[in-house]
Amino acid sequence: MYQIRRPQAEVTSNQQMALTHHENSLVPHVSLSIHPEVSEAVDMSKPMYWDRREIPLPDKRYKDILTPADKSLKEKEKGPWGQLSNEEKLALYRLSFCQTYPEMNQSSSEWKTVLAGVLYCIGLTGLVIIWQTAYVYPPTPRTFDAEWQAKQVKRMLDMRVSPIEGFAAQWDYEKGQWK
Amino acid sequence: MSLQKPLMRGLLAKRLRFHVPIAFALSMLAAVGWKYGVTEPRKQAYADFYKHYDATKEFTSMREAGVFESVRPTGE
Repeated sequence: MYQIRRPQAEVTSNQQMALTHHENSLVPHVSLSIHPEVSEAVDMSKPMYWDRREIPLPDKRYKDILTPADKSLKEKEKGPWGQLSNEEKLALYRLSFCQTYPEMNQSSSEWKTVLAGVLYCIGLTGLVIIWQTAYVYPPTPRTFDAEWQAKQVKRMLDMRVSPIEGFAAQWDYEKGQWK
Repeated sequence: MSLQKPLMRGLLAKRLRFHVPIAFALSMLAAVGWKYGVTEPRKQAYADFYKHYDATKEFTSMREAGVFESVRPTGE
């Protein structure tokens, strides 16, 4: 997306937005003598180029440093556009933009990796939970026994819990069974 | 290659003119459906329950079952 280039010429002019001939260096001059493997910092206070769906016209042109052929093409662009050939028009496009919208939006197979990772983690978690139920959980409370649960249901029916539309409404009190 | 000028204005109004009547209709449908599917049957269920409800009989059977703390079953 963003081309990091070593500065070739410092510019005195402040114009950043116009499509004029600029040997703009957007990378601050970094001394490479001490740490040659450290990447150069991007100056985010200056206009940047983005390949993004929501930014159809980025703040600056893609290619900063133009070859003499590019410069002559830019000169030709100042004239009537009907005189530009299709190849020249495409070359001008590629000067201003890195990727086209279809190229930018093309889908990848990353979702397969993501899904695989997610399922793997869920599987691992399942194994952890199985081990946990065997070695970590204390004995279940007596309220989980079938006998206790039966006594609980009987008490709820005796209390007439939700007798109109809910629990006790499903019990037939004359016959002593579920409806 | 002269393209037709695209629509520049009234985009929200156009969307609303299409979607708001549909939203209104669906909401009304949901409300009417809820009223006649849920609330009316529920009111009827309550009415039917209390039509032949004997409070004393219910109280006595609950008392005998031993669920009250204020009154014990008859016999204790």
